[in-house]
Order: sequence, then structure tokens, then C-alpha cells
Amino acid sequence: MKKRTLRIYYISFILISLSILFFFFIQTFNDNLLFYRSPSQISQNEFPENYIFRVGGVVVDGSLVKSKESTDVKFEVTDYNKNIVIKYKGILPDLFREGQGVVVRGKLMKNGIFFAEEVLAKHDETYMPPEISDSLKINDKSLQKTTKSMNIRK
Amino acid sequence: MISYIGFFLILLALLNATLLVLSKPIFSRITPSYQNLIFSTSKIQFPIIFLSFLCLIFAFLSDDFSIRYISSNSNSSLPYFYKISATWAGHEGSLLLWCLILSFWMFLASIYSKSLDSEFRIKFLSIMGILNIGFLMFLIFTSNPFEQNISVPIDGKDLNPLLQDFGLIVHPPMLYMGYVGLSVVFSFAITCCLQGDFKPEWAKWIRPWALISWSFLTLGIALGSWWAYYELGWGGWWFWDPVENASFMPWLITTALIHSLIICEQKSIFKNWTILLSIIAFSLSLLGTFLVRSGILISVHSFANDPARGLYILLFLTLVIGGSLIIYIKNTPKIKDNNNFALFSKESFFLINNILLVTAAFTILLGTIYPLVLDLIGLEKISVGIPYYNIVFLPLMIPLVLLAGYIPILFLSNNQSARNNIKYFLVSFIIILLLTLFSLIFLDSYNLNVIIGIFIFLWISVNLLYDLLQKYMKTKKIKVLMSNIGMTLAHIGLAVFVLGATVVENNKIEKELVMNIGEKVQVSDYTFFFSNMNEEIGPNYKSLKAEFKIYKDGELISKLYPEKRLYLSNKMPMTEAGIEPGLTKDLYIVLGNLIDNDKWSVRIYHKPLIRLIWIGALMMVLGGISSVISKKKQLRNSIE
Repeated sequence: MKKRTLRIYYISFILISLSILFFFFIQTFNDNLLFYRSPSQISQNEFPENYIFRVGGVVVDGSLVKSKESTDVKFEVTDYNKNIVIKYKGILPDLFREGQGVVVRGKLMKNGIFFAEEVLAKHDETYMPPEISDSLKINDKSLQKTTKSMNIRK
Repeated sequence: MISYIGFFLILLALLNATLLVLSKPIFSRITPSYQNLIFSTSKIQFPIIFLSFLCLIFAFLSDDFSIRYISSNSNSSLPYFYKISATWAGHEGSLLLWCLILSFWMFLASIYSKSLDSEFRIKFLSIMGILNIGFLMFLIFTSNPFEQNISVPIDGKDLNPLLQDFGLIVHPPMLYMGYVGLSVVFSFAITCCLQGDFKPEWAKWIRPWALISWSFLTLGIALGSWWAYYELGWGGWWFWDPVENASFMPWLITTALIHSLIICEQKSIFKNWTILLSIIAFSLSLLGTFLVRSGILISVHSFANDPARGLYILLFLTLVIGGSLIIYIKNTPKIKDNNNFALFSKESFFLINNILLVTAAFTILLGTIYPLVLDLIGLEKISVGIPYYNIVFLPLMIPLVLLAGYIPILFLSNNQSARNNIKYFLVSFIIILLLTLFSLIFLDSYNLNVIIGIFIFLWISVNLLYDLLQKYMKTKKIKVLMSNIGMTLAHIGLAVFVLGATVVENNKIEKELVMNIGEKVQVSDYTFFFSNMNEEIGPNYKSLKAEFKIYKDGELISKLYPEKRLYLSNKMPMTEAGIEPGLTKDLYIVLGNLIDNDKWSVRIYHKPLIRLIWIGALMMVLGGISSVISKKKQLRNSIE
């Protein structure tokens, strides 16, 4: 009988600590979710200050401005509907170039400029992040525009 | 021509596997020698697929661009060793490699399973045959590596420069050996379900297979991490990227499995749990393949993707997981577990080990799958930030590694009394704490995390070495030493890994600078002098090669040559880091972007003890393998 009560304590101890752990996990999980927004969605929504999220799109031709002194760069990203200006301090990935799809992580500042902490361009020439191609698909007209502009570039 | 032979051989392999699976239901009525048919078909599968694989290698070496897979993954200017490794660089070829390895494991399983009774063996091999059929059909219908080009291009598109590297030659085969090795364990577990029992001698038979798969998995993951470290140019060794997670989840579950199998064998309990773990481990390795190859994840592993493949793997995944779980649920009441064990016993500590590992695996699964599910149902596009994994995963691992340093001593050695145990615990705890504080003298800087890391390292290694020594002194027999060395080595490997990981993550220095040629900069104790910039031509690329001279206390200690390459065939730019490796630290330089004339952005890293991460992993691998070897020897001795 004593053994059994001990066992019940043991099991309930494990269960309680597991559920506390589980609660803690979900909490942390929620705090660390990064949402993705397209430039069009950004213009429609409001964001709390210092809210970190991701934006993706195609780097607009001719929009890249590099500093001659530091690693500061500025460029525009488009989903062929709306553009957003992005500022970044740091080394750009090898495959970052105009006309290429990128995803950036950072926060929107009050003046409407997006301040990026990280810029991702993937390791393939023809690669288009699925997020971007999806948000492009939403707009049929813009999709046709996209393919046209791509053909011209080729 | 060669493509037809290769493809024909794949079809032959499919036929052979079908024969293997059907021989019991069909031929068993006609002739009793159907058993031999099963045994021989299960062995011959490997040579057939191996020949087909050789055909593909040969086609790569002879630049046969009429084959689409080759024209999109190779180029005539590619060095020959990369032509060979390109065989498994893309999706189709790596799937053929998967099938090859699957048939190889079936070959081994067929040879070494003679000690099992024939009914069991037949079911076991048939299940492996079913897995063979599944993957071969996947290969044939969605990803034929021998598919012809409609018009033959003059030259190939070339292998992605990131993959032109030694790491890629070895990383996939090793990882696949681990992934697919789990298919043996899985088939065995399902057979146990069908037989309605899980005998201790069966646990004894399957444990070396789980250990070997685990060792390969460890090696594959470590190689991948090492490759990412030097090739991707970010200097990190683990990114909690979904692709990495995909390989890490089966590793965690397999780690739990090799521990629970010990209890299964010794005490004949945890039977159902162990079978379930085997099913989960293989399911997760299938899920990993699905995630990596279907293209729903963004990563270096998924360059070209095809939704049809994703759909097939998803279907296959559902069938395998669903089917095996149904078999499990139907048969598990037959398998009697004697679940009576004391609170402070070996069993209950192994249970804690298992709970922690499985919980860890599922927290990672949550972070990996949840964004995909949310995206699939069209709700939201999200990704899970790295802090989640660090906050959730690390606290789970601390009790686990502390147990790893103590439990083996507590229960595997001579049964000491409870009072002695407590005395030993306190004494060792105090000694190791003092050693930890003493060792801080050697560090430039430290924080609580580093102290915990060093303590864990000493806790595991001192305890286990003391234990090994004590066992040896008591018996003076090499045999005792040999039978424990694998376990000791693997756990100390874990300790070494923990030390490396905590020190590098807390004491690393990462600088991002703008430097002119001829400029000097001080990082940690080292002076980096950007002395030169040259243009060079490689076999299939041209490059800008910088020269950095590194001084310590005014003395030149090394020269590093970080590069910016441009691969000629596909105009792809690539960064090659300059790394000065060392046991105590790595110095790491990456060229960034050209800012102005002769002015570059540069990353300079100082990474203390980072090599211990891979050395630790290597020790785990050696530990796993040597424990299998010593088991084999024991078995042979006991028979003699």
C-alpha cells in the first residue's frame, strides 16, 4: 500500500511538472513566432512599435544604394503592387541583386522605412521564395506584369 | 545506352522486391522452398541496385548530357571527384542512393538474421521488401535519374557551387546510412508486433542495428554541421533550420531507443514503448525526407522541386505511419509488459532519459511542423525564431546530461548501498565543482552558462573515467574494460560536445568591419593585416583572393586566404571563408562586399573550442561502433 501511494505521488509529480513545462513551451513558442507580410499588406496594416516580422519581395531594379564608407545599404522591395524601402547595415548575401527575390527580417519604423536585421537571398539563381511567389499570385494582373518584365530581362 | 541499362536494372530491382514480398502469400502454397526464394531475393536486391548506381556514376564521368539529371547537375569542366559526388547531389540521384542503402541494409539483415526463427525472419524481410517497393516506385514514377533530355544540350548546367565540396561528398551517404538503417529497426519492431511478443533475445539482436544507425546518423549530422560552418560563411555550426531539425528529431528518438532497448533486454520491460519508439524513429526519418525533398522548406537541400514528389512521399508517409500504428495498436495488448519497478531504480532513470529525449524531439517537431501546417491551410505565413529552440531545448538537456554522468555509475557497477551512493555523490559533486572553478583561470571571460558547461563536461568525464578505472582495478580483466569502453567513450563525447558548444556560444567574438587593403585590425589577441588582393583562375571558376596576415604578440602566426569566387558555367558567386583551425580556437575570415576601390566589408570571427563540437560527435560515433564490436565479441566468446 505504501509503495502504491509513493507511486501515485511520483506519477502526479511528473504530470504536474510536465504540464508546467508544456505551458512554458507554448508561451515561448508564441513569443518567438515571426510573421510574414508582403509590401501591400504592410501599407494596409498598422504595426506595434518594435514589432519584428519578415517582409519579402523582388528587389526593384535601380533601387540599390550603397554607402562608400560603411556597410549601410538601402533598397526597395516590391510585390508588383506596392514598394517598401529597406535599410540594412551589414554584409549582403552573395546572391543578393536587383531583380532577385529576397526575404528580410526586421522592424518597420515610423517613417515607413523597414529596418532589416537580416537579409536572406537563397543559393539558387532561379529561386523565388514561396512566400513571394504566393503573394505575387494573389494579384493576377501583376503576375502577368512580372512574367513580362522577366522576359525582358532575359 | 547506359541510361537504358541503369533504368532496366531499377525495374529489375522492383520486380525482385515484388517477388520477395509476394513469395509468402503465393508460393508458400505451392512449394516449401519458397523460404529460399525470400532469402535469395533479399540478398540479390543490393547487387542489382548497386549496378544501376554504377551506371549513373559512369554516365556522370562520361558527361552523358542526354540524361536530364546529369545535364542539370554536372558540367564537362567539373573536376572528376565532384562528378562522382554529383551522382547524389540532386534529388533523383540521392533517392537512388537511398534505395541503394536500403537494399544494402536488407542484404545485411538477410545475412545476419539466420539466428532468428524462420517464420520471424520471413515476416521481417518481407516488411523490408515492402519498404523497398515503396521507394523504388517513388524513384520510377516521380524521380527517374535516367530520364532522357528531349534535346541534348552541348554542356551541363553545372553542379551548384555550394555543393562542390568535400563535405557534400560524405555528408549525404553517412546521413542516409543512419536514416535508412532505422528501416531495419522499424521492420523488426513491426514483426514483433505481428508475432505478438518482444523477447529479450530479440532486443539483444536488434540493439546493434539501432546503435550502428545511431552512429551513422550522428556522423551525418556532424558532417552537415561542419560543412555548414566552413562553407556557408556565417561561422555558425547549428541554425535550428527546419532541415537540420529534420535530421535531429530521429537522432533524439534513436538515442532514446538505444537506451530503452537496454532495459528491454535486461529486464524484459518497456517492450511496447520500445516498439513505439522504433516506429516513431523511422517515421521521423521519413518525415525528414519529405520535408527536405518535397520543397515545402526553403533550404540548400531543395533547389528544384516538384509537387508530385511531395504528394507521393506524403502518401507513402501516411501509409507507413498509419499502417504501422494500426498494427501496433491491434497487437500491443498481446505483448505483456511487466511494469513493476522501484522508484529509484535503473528503469525509472532510463524512463526519465526517454521522457526528456522524446519531449525534446516533440518541441522541435512543433517548431518545424506548425508553420507548415498554418501555411498549408492558408492561415498565415510564419517562421519560428531561434530563441524558441534555445529556451525550450536547452533546459531539457541539462538534467539529461547530468544523468548521463551519474546513472551509469549508480547502476551498472557493483551494487553499493544507498548510503555509499549518497556519499559518493556528494564527494564527486564537491570535487568536480572545485575543478570547475579552478579551470576558469584558463578562460579570458566566462558567465554562468560557461560554468555550467564546464561543470557538465567534468561531471560526465570524471565520473565515467573513475568508474571505468574502478571496474578494471577490481577485476584486472581487459574484457571488462572493453565491454564498457563504448558507453564511456560515447558519453564523454557528449561531454566534450557540451563543453565546445557552451564555450563557443558564450565566448565567441564576431566582428563585422570595413577594411582597406593595407589596413590592420585587432580582434581578441590577434592582429589581422589585410595585405593583398589577387585575381586567380580555378578549374571552373575565377576568384578574387585576399591575403590576411595574422600576428600574435608581433609574430606572424598564419596567413589566410578568403575568396570571392565566380563560377563560370552558371555565373554564380560564392564566398569561401579563410579558416585557421585549432584545437583551442578557430580564426575565421569572410570577405563581404566591395564597398569602394580596395575597400571591403569583412567578417572576422574568433571561435574558441569550436572543434570540440565535432570531436565530441566523432567520439560518440566511435563509442557507438566500439560498443557494437565488443558486443559481437562477447557473443562469440559466450558461444565458444
